[in-house]
Amino acid sequence: MKDLLQNVRQVVMPLLADAHGPDEAREEAPRPTLEELKARKARSRQPLEVGSEVITVSMGPQHPSMHGVYRAELDLDGEIIVDVRPEVGNLHRGVEKLCEERTYHQIIPITDRLDYIAGFAMNHGYCEAVEKLMDLEVPARGRYIRTIASELCRLSNHILWLGVHIMDLGTQTFFCICFRDREYVLDLLEMLTGARLTHSFARLGGVAKDLPDGFEHRCRKAIEFLPKRVAEYERIIKHNRIYYKRAKNVGIFTSEDCFAWRVTGPALRAAGVPRDLRKDDPYAAYDEVDFEVAVEYNADVYDRFLVRMKEIRESCKIIEQCLDNMPAGPFVARDITRTLPLKSDVMRDSASMIQDFYQVFKGPAVPKGEVYRATEAPKGEMGVYIRSEGAGRPARIRFTTPSFYHGQALPPLVRGEMVSDMVAIFASIDVVLGDCDR
Amino acid sequence: MSDPIAQLIFLIIKAILLPVIIVMMVAFIIFFERKFAGFFQGRVGPTYLGPWGSFQSFGDIFKLLSKEDLIPDKADKPVFRMAPYLIFIPAFLVMAVLPFGPVGGEANLFGYRFDYVIANFDAALVLFLAVGAISVYGVVLAGWSSNSNFSLIGGLRAGAQMVSYELAMGFSVVGVMLMANSMSFVDIVNGQAGNFWNWYFIPQVVGGVIFFIATLAELNRTPFDLAEAEQELVAGYLTEYSGMRWGLFLFAEYVNMVVISAIMSTLYFGGWRAPLEVLDFIPGPIWLFIKIAAFIFLYMWIRWTIFRYRYNQLMSIGWKVLLPLSILNLAVTAVVIAIVG
Repeated sequence: MKDLLQNVRQVVMPLLADAHGPDEAREEAPRPTLEELKARKARSRQPLEVGSEVITVSMGPQHPSMHGVYRAELDLDGEIIVDVRPEVGNLHRGVEKLCEERTYHQIIPITDRLDYIAGFAMNHGYCEAVEKLMDLEVPARGRYIRTIASELCRLSNHILWLGVHIMDLGTQTFFCICFRDREYVLDLLEMLTGARLTHSFARLGGVAKDLPDGFEHRCRKAIEFLPKRVAEYERIIKHNRIYYKRAKNVGIFTSEDCFAWRVTGPALRAAGVPRDLRKDDPYAAYDEVDFEVAVEYNADVYDRFLVRMKEIRESCKIIEQCLDNMPAGPFVARDITRTLPLKSDVMRDSASMIQDFYQVFKGPAVPKGEVYRATEAPKGEMGVYIRSEGAGRPARIRFTTPSFYHGQALPPLVRGEMVSDMVAIFASIDVVLGDCDR
Repeated sequence: MSDPIAQLIFLIIKAILLPVIIVMMVAFIIFFERKFAGFFQGRVGPTYLGPWGSFQSFGDIFKLLSKEDLIPDKADKPVFRMAPYLIFIPAFLVMAVLPFGPVGGEANLFGYRFDYVIANFDAALVLFLAVGAISVYGVVLAGWSSNSNFSLIGGLRAGAQMVSYELAMGFSVVGVMLMANSMSFVDIVNGQAGNFWNWYFIPQVVGGVIFFIATLAELNRTPFDLAEAEQELVAGYLTEYSGMRWGLFLFAEYVNMVVISAIMSTLYFGGWRAPLEVLDFIPGPIWLFIKIAAFIFLYMWIRWTIFRYRYNQLMSIGWKVLLPLSILNLAVTAVVIAIVG
């Protein structure tokens, strides 16, 4: 009878909302140990029946919930996934090879096209690597503007992710709500960089432009308004019984699994590992602002959602602090041999013009050597490896983008889960195919 | 003109007019669904064709009609062609036994008696359940004959889902049957005469809610739209259909929505009767129309608001909650009726 009542509640309650109890109870719940999580994972995966017939379904590359051109060949036993064979590379554009033919400055627009949802974060990661290689100091204002732009990209990415993830669970209305709110962030980015998606805003030694007039005012309004929006999302989603049932204990991926498959970013933090390169290996202005690393402990789809919601709030805090403490001074380093001159100077002053020719045709003077620099992109750790032989072009460049590793982790994530859960899990680890296939 | 001939003429008029009215209604329901979706999502919905975009459905129909009729090479062609009609025709059939105004009584039209029902059928409730079950074949056969794995899974999901929820639906309807002491829709509506507190929804509230939830599953609408779950199965059993064949499925879905809303209002909300006796001067068909519109709006509201259940959750709701509850409701109703008389 109790079971029956519980089930009746589950049917009726979604219509009444707020069925999952007060937040305090959840916050106080003891953190599960790794063994507990493993046991939970084993329980949530369905055992396979012996001798059952398996049918093969090709999901993708043209499939509504494959977030691009990812292809997964599923072996299904009824609704249960027996095995997955992922296939990537449908969007391969040879980015790394293209980079070898270009000067360090010309590579920046290519990096936009990796993770086109968060273009500036990719620019930023690349520039950090090159600057580390040639030991170039970025002026304080440049670092702060970079931080703001990176965090705006994180906001845009997480809000879009939420809409897509919820749409994969079968409701389209929420997708439109998220798109509406993402528009505020994209407007800000457009004002700052001139583009909505492919910003190409970072430059070696700083950023392309100073903050435009009126940006600070609009930005403050937006970051005051977005946490309220997040509270609204949580009211709709977090306390929704159907979402809770669809996301809780689904797609458990413990910290051990995450390390084994190099899953980083929100998915790793949802497994209880407080790893965030913004804190652990600070770059730009992250060591000068105060923020918390969002961590959750249950390692399931639901907790990945919670982590991202927390991160939106933290990003707003970071942006606010950057605006408060915005230093005066140049926004880009001036270095004749290594950076581009200001465009406004090129037409007026012959030294700048010579510098511009030199930089465009020969590229910056980068010493021999190799470097690896990882930054915290919205989807996870984005590493850049560069080997330089002293020319203006890299001898070899390698991007270790998060989506590729998240895409390869799909089989261990979904084996034994149901088809409906697969789309939710795939969305929850956040894969963008431009980032994955490169 | 003698009375039987007049009745025959009336019958022919009704039999022609009713489907036409439903088809027109469906065209506008599709428009309203898109318009409401727009409102819920902060968009405007269709705006170009006709005033306020209201002719959008006609544009869609002409587009679908002018498209190439594609049949997959390896499909089971006769079955593939037949499947849309297996859904489309039963959708209309139930309307024949549904009263949309007073039946019997004295002469009320040009000196002849005009019954607001095509056929006053004694076992209408059984007909409704039986005909409703035929449409399951349409869905399953559509999935099977397409010769595609997505279609097959969608068809099987739909089949299992419809069969499970039909049980709960059947049991909840029996409660109404016991209260009206009849299986004819005309008698059921007459049993709810008077003001709205005589409606069967009040004593049969459990049965009514179960019936409504079961119809959501029967209609393949959110949160039970697993059969065509776009994010999982592309379009489920509709994946291989295109052009007007697909249009027929879509059309049948909305006709079913009208019919189920009409039955919902007939069984539990007094059918064509006014909620208060003082409002009886407004004709019955208008009241029925208002009730149908209200239920259709409720279906749309649910569709654009909540999430989809997972397959095993759907089944456990059907078998572990709705079915026991509907049997319990039936038993309680029977005992109460036996005691009260």
